[in-house]
Amino acid sequence: MHGQWHEMCGVVARNTGTLLMSLLNEFALLMVTTALVNNVVLVKFLGLCPFMGVTKTLDTAFGMGLATTFVITMASGVCWMLENWVLLPLGIDYLRILTYILVIAAVVQFTEMVVKKNAPDLYQTLGIYLPLITTNCAVLGLPLLSALEKAGFVHSLLYGFGSSVGFTLVLLMFAGLRERLALARVPAAFSGAPISFIAASLLALAFMGFAGLAAK
Amino acid sequence: MIAAVVSLTLLGAVLGLMLGFADRLFAVEVNPVIAQVEAMMPGSQCGQCGFPGCSAAATAIVDGRAAVTICPPGGKALAAALSAKLGISLDLSDVVDEGPKLAQVAEEICIGCCRCTKACPTDAILGAAKQIHNVIREACTGCGNCIERCPTEALTMRPIPVTLPHWVWPKPQVA
Repeated sequence: MHGQWHEMCGVVARNTGTLLMSLLNEFALLMVTTALVNNVVLVKFLGLCPFMGVTKTLDTAFGMGLATTFVITMASGVCWMLENWVLLPLGIDYLRILTYILVIAAVVQFTEMVVKKNAPDLYQTLGIYLPLITTNCAVLGLPLLSALEKAGFVHSLLYGFGSSVGFTLVLLMFAGLRERLALARVPAAFSGAPISFIAASLLALAFMGFAGLAAK
Repeated sequence: MIAAVVSLTLLGAVLGLMLGFADRLFAVEVNPVIAQVEAMMPGSQCGQCGFPGCSAAATAIVDGRAAVTICPPGGKALAAALSAKLGISLDLSDVVDEGPKLAQVAEEICIGCCRCTKACPTDAILGAAKQIHNVIREACTGCGNCIERCPTEALTMRPIPVTLPHWVWPKPQVA
């Protein structure tokens, strides 16, 4: 009797362990896929405006990355709920883009209020780019893509979160590059925007290398 | 169709309500005097005071970090109005006020390079490439941003010519 009980506990523990392991595995795989392999900026070329606009210094890039991460994750969750509980049951999925934009605009407004209250300095430095998160096509594109793939709730949340982590990562890397570039001796014809574009394209080329991770 | 109208209306209403509550929750206390002072400034964001714009200058003036006389386009009139508004005693005798000035293009040396049009905060300068530029007097705020941009020194600040519609009786000199 006692031995049986122990055996059962062991089986349950092992099953929970393998379940947890597979979940963690899937989570890690999803993060790597969304943040690196299918990077939203450098592979899908979404959200290029803040990528060029707020990457002059590391601080603003980090602040922008955090704000966008919050907005994308929130928007992914809320858009999934609306998609599966309102749009599809009522058969009004032709209103998808309109609904998503409405949600995104509201979340961005909310984020702006929070940032204005809690980080006035960041609010000053981000300036116009904070309300412009609304028109960042990555924010609309990610919920639309996960709706297209008919992903589950947790999946769409992770998809949004992973992609925005990738977005923040690329913003930080590019800001670091540009801080170095500002000190470098650049030929006059290339100084300013041209050398930034060249640096961006080289970074995108480097990210193309992650495509090898997916096809194993 | 009704489902679409009702669901979007409901969604908008719910989001609006939530944002309204959030606005109350995250309200930032702002000194109302700053907005009033900013409304009194010229609003051309010319940056002659050394602050990035009229809003920053208004904040600095209210905080006491800047004198009420820092605004060159506003001149004596603005300084007097600001000191009355903020209750600061002000000696206006050493404030140089040469009267309002407007930018003017010397048409014989303008080469039509368009540099001044880009510098103008109020879009008061008309002109296309290789065409002689001109200043719209009604729109010019006299900030002087365009003067140093001109490669041929065709732009100068000139006192507003006195014409019948806006001639005023000179004020009596105080002692």
